[in-house]
Amino acid sequence: MSTVAAHHDDDHHHAPPAGMKRWLFSTNHKDIGTMYLIFSLIMLFLGGGMAMLIRAELYMPGLQLLEPDLYNNMVTNHALIMVFGVVMPAAAGMANWMIPLMIGAPDMALPRLNNLSFWLLPAGATLLIMSVLAPFFGGGAPVNTGWTLYPPLSIQAGMSMDLLIFTLHVLGISSILASINIITTIINMRAPGMTMMKMPLFVWAWFFTAVLLIIVMPALAGGVTMLLFDRHFGTSFFDAAGGGDPVLFQHLFWFFGHPEVYVLLLPSIGVMGVVIPTFSRKPLFGYKSLVWGMVVLTILGCVVWAHHQYTIGMSVFATKYFMIGTILISIPVGLMIFNFVFTMWRGAMTFETPMLFSIAIIIMFSFAGATGVMLAVVPADLQYHDTYFVVAHFHYALIPGALFGLYAGVFYWLPKWTGHMYNEKLGKIFFWWTTIAFNVTFFPQHFSGLAGMPRRIVDYGVQFQEFNVISSIGGFAFGLSHLLFLYIIIQTVRGGKKAPAMPWEGAQIGTSGLEWTVSSPPPHHTFTTPPTVK
Amino acid sequence: MSYHFGALSGSVSHSIQEPHPNSKSKVIHNTSYRKNLFVRSAAITTFALGSLPAWAEMKLNLVEPVSPLTKSVYDLHMITSWLAFWIMVVVIGLVGYAMIKFRKSKNYQADQTFHENSFGRWSWLLVPVIVLGIDLSIAGKANNTFDQVEDIGTADVTVKVTGSQWKWTYDYIEDDIRLISSIKKKEDAGDEYLRSVDEPLVLPVNQRIRFLHTATDVLHAWWVPAIAVKKDSIPGYINETWTVIEREGLYTGQCAENCGTGHAYMPIQVAAVSADAYQSWMAEKKSKKQAEIALASSDKIWTVEEMSAKGEEVYNTFCSACHQPGGEGLAPVFPALKGSPIATGDIAAHLNIVINGKQGTAMSAWGAQLSDLQIAAVVTYERNAFGNNVGDVVQPSDIKAARK
Repeated sequence: MSTVAAHHDDDHHHAPPAGMKRWLFSTNHKDIGTMYLIFSLIMLFLGGGMAMLIRAELYMPGLQLLEPDLYNNMVTNHALIMVFGVVMPAAAGMANWMIPLMIGAPDMALPRLNNLSFWLLPAGATLLIMSVLAPFFGGGAPVNTGWTLYPPLSIQAGMSMDLLIFTLHVLGISSILASINIITTIINMRAPGMTMMKMPLFVWAWFFTAVLLIIVMPALAGGVTMLLFDRHFGTSFFDAAGGGDPVLFQHLFWFFGHPEVYVLLLPSIGVMGVVIPTFSRKPLFGYKSLVWGMVVLTILGCVVWAHHQYTIGMSVFATKYFMIGTILISIPVGLMIFNFVFTMWRGAMTFETPMLFSIAIIIMFSFAGATGVMLAVVPADLQYHDTYFVVAHFHYALIPGALFGLYAGVFYWLPKWTGHMYNEKLGKIFFWWTTIAFNVTFFPQHFSGLAGMPRRIVDYGVQFQEFNVISSIGGFAFGLSHLLFLYIIIQTVRGGKKAPAMPWEGAQIGTSGLEWTVSSPPPHHTFTTPPTVK
Repeated sequence: MSYHFGALSGSVSHSIQEPHPNSKSKVIHNTSYRKNLFVRSAAITTFALGSLPAWAEMKLNLVEPVSPLTKSVYDLHMITSWLAFWIMVVVIGLVGYAMIKFRKSKNYQADQTFHENSFGRWSWLLVPVIVLGIDLSIAGKANNTFDQVEDIGTADVTVKVTGSQWKWTYDYIEDDIRLISSIKKKEDAGDEYLRSVDEPLVLPVNQRIRFLHTATDVLHAWWVPAIAVKKDSIPGYINETWTVIEREGLYTGQCAENCGTGHAYMPIQVAAVSADAYQSWMAEKKSKKQAEIALASSDKIWTVEEMSAKGEEVYNTFCSACHQPGGEGLAPVFPALKGSPIATGDIAAHLNIVINGKQGTAMSAWGAQLSDLQIAAVVTYERNAFGNNVGDVVQPSDIKAARK
């Protein structure tokens, strides 16, 4: 797919407003994208700090740092922050920055909505932090349920639970608004000649992400609202004693929760879809099957949620249906991995930091997929369920599958965003450090899970100690590596080698988008006159 | 290190040091059910985390199964584990080969039309067909094992397992016997802390056992991996699992579904004993129960000391998980009894909250679960322990009156 675009010099347009106004009232996709990315970076350290507390507590048997409820509160908020505060905003930041540049649009379709969907995030984060702090100021018991918020346990918590429900409402609204915006932009704002099937994979990936969010977010909002009513207004949606059903909440939650996994994964798959061809200097292998694979993944992802609840005692038929549906997910995922491997095949590869991350993702995410098939098999899952095997599985899925994909995106696009090349040597050190530390942290958890260690326990028998010591050491190293990440980013923003418009040799092969036709960093307004794609 | 990873995984030998009084179990040699080459080699090759002999002592796989069902599940687990292993071999092989062969530093020229040749055009069909084949064969095997999970059959012994914050109640349905099982205190348990209980569930070997799972407050999950798969305990639901334990021994597990503050403190122990030992244990339980009933319905007038001694037992079984052994409670959810206005104030109010519970809190109505004698004992204990020293004694007849 060859694209030719007329280069427009848009510098003569009005400059961004100065000071706080530029950010507070921004309707510029690049500024909003930057704010999303900075927000998620801050949240990464907050959620990561909680993870450090968790690993410190689990370093030894016994209660060291955290009371049981506070421990599970950290577990809960670590998950919610990482999902809603880090991965989703970071992916949305990249979408804001790159989608208009890739498809040749002057901005997002709904710029003011864009401003609102960003500024809801700090509001949601404030509510979440209030939820964490409320128990220390007489707000009753903290939320100790884990991110699934299962009743009846979530009914017992104090007002931090209510604050968390409102947090989810606010963040949910933000996600839905951002999704509407992205879908509208992709459908309506493409430059002439940029057909859907010419769009870079990243744009397609975000299209399906946004579709998924619009489908599933209302289920979560409904579920937590019913929880709120059970807590305060005397309803019994989830209270068996009042004729309700505690399992109903689980269905509502996982109808959201499982597609949410793909919401986290797809943008990173999109990043890999531009990074791997770039550094293989060869077009993406199986572009069409990747797009159709994502269609299948989107549909299947919405109809297999109850594999998170095999132990609730569903009917035999329903259980088998969910099992087979879940196992079939290996088809589109297998196809994606296959296509990425064969994009590298017979390419001329170099191994810059984004490429290193992408290759590591292929391997580690395949492993998560393999343990995913193990977990999909019902009888075996009745043993694995709620053990550290599950914890290990989803951290293998989400840290490489979501977080490392975003890191690949950050290193790949930092030159475009800042106009400076990052320090490649430091980038590589960060890659090796973080990847090794990640594996040291989470690989042993497969074994502690098989040996019988349940999730969400603050204290454990001495038979699990070695596993946890290794995990904790790895975890601290993993956490520490992110200080280097922060340093690299700050260093790149402040200066460094000037980046050309196309900083990577294979960039034009890597994507069919228009992002490399504008300078690095791009002017405040781009593509005010639509470019033409041949 | 003196302790070993076999504790929950495979070996039951650690717990045999302290067998159940009535169990005739011998020390069982720790033979590995399968050679867990895959998991061990994966651990060792992926990370050189220690010397090989040290790791060889560890149990890295699922708990050694001792029932037909858990053995089938174990076999299924090994099939999917090996599959995972070979998937990784293929992926790492392909990626590794590509990284070595197709690199710019070796002046390899990228094949710009590779994705357009016949392999490129038809591979989208190839992968799904292969993966579908693998998927269906796994699903077929899983389907058969799952039928076995659901084949509850006709039970010789039925046990209703009720999870509560934070203890287990076992009801032997046929024999009308109830056990309450809580964590053994740290002082008494030593290294077995968090995996030993005051009252294990006693079951006969080689008989078909049916478990009925439910809960009184929040979700729990009763999980003893060696003998049976887990199903959740859900208020308002009854789930079923089954087992035939093929070997005597003491099997451990713990609550697997997050149930709040004490989730980590709900261990489970099952003592599997011979049919004879089980019969005599059950006979003893029954006669003890008869004696309790006789005592509770007698007109005996109890002294403070007698009643408090009895009440301490009741308190430690039913109350101390929340109100704590020293009566200090767990702020902010579970109030202290030490110096509390109810435990030191009006006796009628005290009886009322114990018998009828308190709406909207975790305090349940104990009237239905405890006998008159037990309630009288625990109330007496609470009024005289923890420095409360009120000095009154409540008689079973007072409870009978208060219930009306």
